Amino acid sequence: MEYVNPEGLRLDGRRFNEMRQIVAEVGVVSKADGSAVFEMGNTKVIAAVYGPREIQNKSLQKKDDHALVLCEYSMAQFSTGDRRRQKFDRRSTELSLVIRQTMEACILTELLPHSQIDIFLQVLQADGGTRSACINAATLALADAGIPMRDLAVSCSAGYLNSTPLLDLNYVEDSAGGADVTVGILPKLDKVTLLQMDAKLPMETFKTVFALASEGCKAIAERIREVLQENTKQLEYRRAA
Amino acid sequence: MGKLREVEILLNQTQKVRFERAMERLQSLSSTTNNSVIVADSIPFNHDEAFLKGHGTSLVDGELLTTVCGVVNHVDKLVYVRTLRARYKPEVGDIVLLRYSFVAQRQSRWRVDLNSTQDGLLKLSSMNMPDAVQKRNTSVDELNMRNILAEDDVVCAQVGESQRDGSLLARSNKYGKLHKGQLLKVDPYLVRRSNLHFHFIESLGIDLILVRNGFIWVGEHTQSNDPMVVDDEIISSKTRQSILRIGNAIRVLSTLGFTLTLAVIMETFDLSNMENVQIHDMLGSEFHVWSQRGKLKEEHVHSKKNVKALI
Repeated sequence: MEYVNPEGLRLDGRRFNEMRQIVAEVGVVSKADGSAVFEMGNTKVIAAVYGPREIQNKSLQKKDDHALVLCEYSMAQFSTGDRRRQKFDRRSTELSLVIRQTMEACILTELLPHSQIDIFLQVLQADGGTRSACINAATLALADAGIPMRDLAVSCSAGYLNSTPLLDLNYVEDSAGGADVTVGILPKLDKVTLLQMDAKLPMETFKTVFALASEGCKAIAERIREVLQENTKQLEYRRAA
Repeated sequence: MGKLREVEILLNQTQKVRFERAMERLQSLSSTTNNSVIVADSIPFNHDEAFLKGHGTSLVDGELLTTVCGVVNHVDKLVYVRTLRARYKPEVGDIVLLRYSFVAQRQSRWRVDLNSTQDGLLKLSSMNMPDAVQKRNTSVDELNMRNILAEDDVVCAQVGESQRDGSLLARSNKYGKLHKGQLLKVDPYLVRRSNLHFHFIESLGIDLILVRNGFIWVGEHTQSNDPMVVDDEIISSKTRQSILRIGNAIRVLSTLGFTLTLAVIMETFDLSNMENVQIHDMLGSEFHVWSQRGKLKEEHVHSKKNVKALI
């Protein structure tokens, strides 16, 4: 099947280095300490952060003077084309772990000892790139909750189809069987916190795809910064008024 | 456009337009200096001068980065970032309102919810007993702890020292346990630090307690010196309505994100009375737009006064 036509247009009309439209919003769940909705094209994810609060289950506490970060990723049953039968399966457990590790690396847990931070992620619409959207949504929600972080963790995916590296794969392109590389970086500190790939790629191709995904991450970081700045300004204006 | 938090308010088209217009004018009236920052912004500082790194900052590779979203403040040599939506950070000597989570009987103390990063602890020995006698607590008292204070009771207390594992000890204040009213939860940054926490609204006979940890108590005025004695009278319907009206005024103000002071709350309360808004309608979209315009008028008057002073 042709994923990139001779003119260089993909199935949805994008070029190889174009991302899908991003819509981000902060402060959507009233009960949560911090929350955000993040959309990349048709993929829509909602994140809610509770904390730091008292540790609910003492047996989970491993490091005494660090905060405990818990993450739960789940897909709504209506999020995919066919209604999902089980909400929690192995993929959800794996993604919960991956996202938890990514966020734990960027939260300054030593500043909040003896407390627990809960991150709940719910995928409302799944169209490829859900883990990237989840990480971006979690970053926004954590910033909204006022939890100290080293940097904003942003994530983007890229793939390789028809001998072309493609940025931000959607579901159809993802299921094509080519490689899918998900990258999570801390833009200001210029560090990589997440790197996942399925399928195989030769080394040189991998470097190109990785570079493309990193560029995408930087673009998302810009967008997230805009949203946070606007939100902070608004809150400050109203409070001071 | 800022998002409205506490209540899911659906503004129809005209309301949205009026709301946005009022917001824009409020913004133009407020001070133009804007020091707001977000995570991982670098704070410009003078390399020659020595300075202290306060909350919300971290030194990375010689650059000062922020770790939270908020507003940068410079106080003498201290540089810190004041967060907006974070949980309450307890400080010794603060007066706070507590809600009981559960009773930990073996250590003869209560676990309390302070709207902070951790639960606090209130010891039995620090509670004022009914007969105001200072005595050592016997095991009978320990078993009877639940009679004094049970789950979901609200108490006014003062923050004591913090223990090694991070939990706080609180001392019960002269106001002690609070009855006959409601406890509201708002974002802690909306309540300013002040010396006066307890407000008695004479015209309505209502107590209003505004404390820094984001809990607000609205209740019938208690004159009794002994807070442990429970007064079993039923509150009059008029007082109840006033309590609810003030409660809703506070809810509206916290949704709109305005700082809560007694003056503002009373204004919103008067506004709702003047316009004869039903109590349950106060949480509707129309009243939100009105109170915002009311705030705008007040700001207008305020800024005009300032201008007159300058001339």
